[in-house]
This record gives sequence, structure tokens and C-alpha cells, in this order.
Amino acid sequence: MGTYRSKIVILILLIISFVTYSILLYESDSKQSAPPNKLAQKGRVLWQEKNCTACHQLYGLGGHLGPDLTNVYERRSEDYIKSILHTGTVVMPDFKLNEQEIEEFVEFFKYINSTGNADPKSYKKHLDGTISQ
Amino acid sequence: MEQFRSNRDYTIIFIKAGLLFLLSTLLFGLLGALEYVIPGFLKDVFTFEKIRPLHVSSAIFWILTCAIGGVLFYVREEHNGIFKLPNFPKIIFFILAITFSSILVSYIFGIFGGREYWEFDPIFTIPISIGWGLFIYAFITNMKTLKNQPVYIWMWFTGAVFFLFTYLESNSWILPQIRNNLVKDMTIQWKSYGSLVGAWNQLIYGTSIYLMDKIAGDKKYSFSKIAFALYFLGVFNLMFNWGHHVYLLPTHAYVKHIGYLVSMTELVLFGRIIYLWRSSLSTAKRNFHIVPFKFLFAADVWVFLTLALAILMSIPVLNLYMHGTHIIVGHTMGATIGINTMLLLAFAYDIIGFRKNDSKKIYYGYWTINLSLIIFWISLIVAGVMKAYYQFNMPEMSYGVMINQLWPWFLLFLTSGICMIIGFVLVIFPLFKNKN
Repeated sequence: MGTYRSKIVILILLIISFVTYSILLYESDSKQSAPPNKLAQKGRVLWQEKNCTACHQLYGLGGHLGPDLTNVYERRSEDYIKSILHTGTVVMPDFKLNEQEIEEFVEFFKYINSTGNADPKSYKKHLDGTISQ
Repeated sequence: MEQFRSNRDYTIIFIKAGLLFLLSTLLFGLLGALEYVIPGFLKDVFTFEKIRPLHVSSAIFWILTCAIGGVLFYVREEHNGIFKLPNFPKIIFFILAITFSSILVSYIFGIFGGREYWEFDPIFTIPISIGWGLFIYAFITNMKTLKNQPVYIWMWFTGAVFFLFTYLESNSWILPQIRNNLVKDMTIQWKSYGSLVGAWNQLIYGTSIYLMDKIAGDKKYSFSKIAFALYFLGVFNLMFNWGHHVYLLPTHAYVKHIGYLVSMTELVLFGRIIYLWRSSLSTAKRNFHIVPFKFLFAADVWVFLTLALAILMSIPVLNLYMHGTHIIVGHTMGATIGINTMLLLAFAYDIIGFRKNDSKKIYYGYWTINLSLIIFWISLIVAGVMKAYYQFNMPEMSYGVMINQLWPWFLLFLTSGICMIIGFVLVIFPLFKNKN
């Protein structure tokens, strides 16, 4: 730790490990069912343009004013989702979405649902502190 | 010294602009908290999807502008007032200040297109990257080498370079092969966010070490083996501990295991704080009359509390309950207000100074902020614990009903938040009144 050379060697080793780890992540594909179709891709753009993540979460990541929507497609009916998107709620504004945009959102929720289960109760807990599904 | 503390000193202007972003953070934070307490408040006028990014981005811009101003100022101080590329602080300031302000205006008009924390249109990535690139260039030109340099120079270098890399990485969703795989995309998104926070912490913690050396009057610690050991531990965590953000994401198991193991190395830092508490306290008693030191000390206390919570959150079994609750918000608030903001205010007071007749205001402001922050932090943690309880034990409860149950804690969070804002106003305005 004392000499300049040893410090540089440690830093370089850390950088090499970081780059290797990053490449591994970029190269490998996480499990997923089918890629999103065109409608779902448009729904995703809408999700970002309306900044839904300010209030809602996907896999527990996002805002806390509204519920997690990862598996909303499975938990609720399509009609329920559409009606909320049409009118808003006490807290959520009416975004004045047209029928096409609502279809895109529903398709996006269907796609997210197909990527996995975000319910914390679905996890097994292990003695070493880890969890698995 | 006076020569470079003139009104045209852009390193100081950086810090003052940062303070304006801090005021904006507080204003939109207040509006956001009101939305929690009065459901539907401003729903048709100024909705939460605008307020939250205005609050969060203002906070990030406060951290970034003040951190850059501090590093540039101290790099010049380290070189006895000489700064190569003297126009660079001005150029970097204009690029970043105009970009950051434009981003906030775009939010007000409801123009989004990015993602959490960087909700703005990705086009703004271009000026941010250029401004940050110039900051790195100016820093390297002035420092030249890492050889025989104290630890804070290494930290500034690491923070500046890694910020640019991870910021660009956070935009990788633009590539279809990334964004068309949600799980991979979210994994990379949180990889970059974890490292991004680590990068700006390197800038801020590096500056706090510089300032502590300045107050102590010697640089023994900055060249010590323990300082470098902790620096490398920090870099190691910056690179690999981000996996604790994605325990619930169905990504590779090794990402989660690495995140868990690396996060646990922070126990070393935690243990060190406990081991050194007695000497830290005697240093505090000796220096507490120095205003910048007061803020450094407050940050030390918040490091202890925030680190304890962070370590607990990094254990997957506990994270399962805490994830997606207000405990995470409490942790973020503890880190950004208790640690980052306290340190940045220490730099601001050291660099700008204050008038003696403002001492009482600063004293009352300081204690108001820290006492309210404790209540604010606890209210969020309790709200988070209750939400976790409802999620696990009352799955049939609707989200709206659940949020209603948490209302008393949100009210406490709002009340303590208002007190904190008053404290910040008392602390911030003396910095604007001083002519430096």
C-alpha cells in the first residue's frame, strides 16, 4: 500500500475487474420470455414520456406514491387497467390518453408481467441471508 | 487569497448556484410532501410526476455544482492560487448551469423522456458530458500526476472519471439491444446508478478530507496507509456493491451474491467508526467552534446512522422487507441531506465565509436542520416498516388504504421537513450575504 507502484497496481486491477464484470453483464442475456412487441415498445416510450416512474415502481424500483406495477397485468383485469388509465384516481391525474395509447400501455404491462414476479412473498429465505425464487 | 475570492470567481459562483439548486430542492420537496399528506393536492395543476423530478434533479444538481466548485477551488488553493486554464471554471459553469436550468424548465413544461433520476430528454446528455469532460481535463492539467499525491487527489480523480463513465452508461437504454430486455436494462440502469453515487461521493469525501487536513493543519492522514486502504475499499464498493439495489429483479444470481458480499465489506468502515468514536469526540470538542467543522461533524454522525441502515438493507433477507418501502427513501434522505449536504455546506462556509453577526442564525439553523432531520428520518423508517408489515401480512389491503394508514407518519415527515427548511434558510442566506 505504501509505494506509488503498488497503489497504481491495485487501481489497475480494480479497473480491469470492473471492465470484465461490465462486459460480462452486457454480453450475457438475463432470462426473459419474448422480447416486447411493437405496441409494448411504444407503451414503454409512453411510460417514460409520462414519467410514470415518479409514482410507480417496477420490481420495487421507482416512486412510492402509487403501487408497484410489475405484475398489475396478472393481478387485475385489462378492463380495470384501462379504466384507471382513462380516468385517473384521487391521486393520479387523467393523462387524457387516447384508445391507442391505452392499448400500448396495457401491452407494456403485459410484457413486464412476462419478465418475472416482483412479489416479495414469492421469495424463499435462506439462513445465509440470501433469497431465491 | 483575496485575489481569487473576487465576485468573478467562478468556483464561488458554482457554489452559490449550487445553493440556489438546494433552495429549489427544498421548495419542490415541500410540494411533494404536501401531495402525500393531502392526496390529490395540485393534481390538476402541478402533478407529482413533475414535482418529484424537479425535487430530485435539483438535489443532484446541488450536489454536482457544489462538488465541482469545491474541487476546483481547493485544487487552486493547493497550488497557491495558481490555476492552469483559468477560463475553464467559467466555461464549465456556463455549460452546466444553462443545461441544469434548462432541464428544470423542461420538467415544468412536462417534457420528459429519460428515466428515474435523469428524467430529462437524453439530448441533455451531450452538454452534460462536454461540461464534465472539460472538468476532468482541467483537473488533470492542474494535477498532472498521481505520484506522491495525497489521498484526496486520488479520490477527486476517481470520482471525476467514474462519474462520466457511469453517467454515459446510465444512458445505455438508448440502444435497442439493451432496452428491449427489461431485466437486463434495469440491471445496467442500477449498476450505473450505484456507481454514479459512489463517484460523486469520491469527489465530496475527498474534499472533506482536504478540509479536515486544513483545519487540523497537517496532511499526515492524507498520506497514511489507512487513508489509502479506505480509499481502495471505497472504489471497490463503487464498482461492485450496486447489486444490493436489484435483489428483487430476476437477473443473474451472481450479481446479487457479489452485491451482498461486497456490501458487507462496509462493516469495516462501520467498525472503524465505533473503534474511533472516543478520539472523534475529543476532536469534535476541540474544533466545534469552527463553523465548517460543525458541518463535518454532523456528516460524521449521519455517516454512522446511514451506514448502519445501508448495511441492514444490503442483507437480501432484510432487503426483501425494506425494498419498495419508505425505508429506502429514509436512507436516501439520510445520505443526501445528512452526509452530502452537511459536507457541501462545510465547504461552502470554508470557501465563502460569513459575517460574524450571522453566527447565531447559523447556530440555530444548524441545530434545527439536524434535529428535524432525525425526526424526518425516523418518520420515513416507521412508515416503511408499517408498509412492509401490511405488504406481508395484509395482502388484500389496497394500496390507497395502506397509504392512508401511514398518514400520521407522513404528517410528521411534512412537519419536520418544514422545520428543516427553516433551518436551511437560516444557514444558506448568510452565505449569500457575504460578498466573497
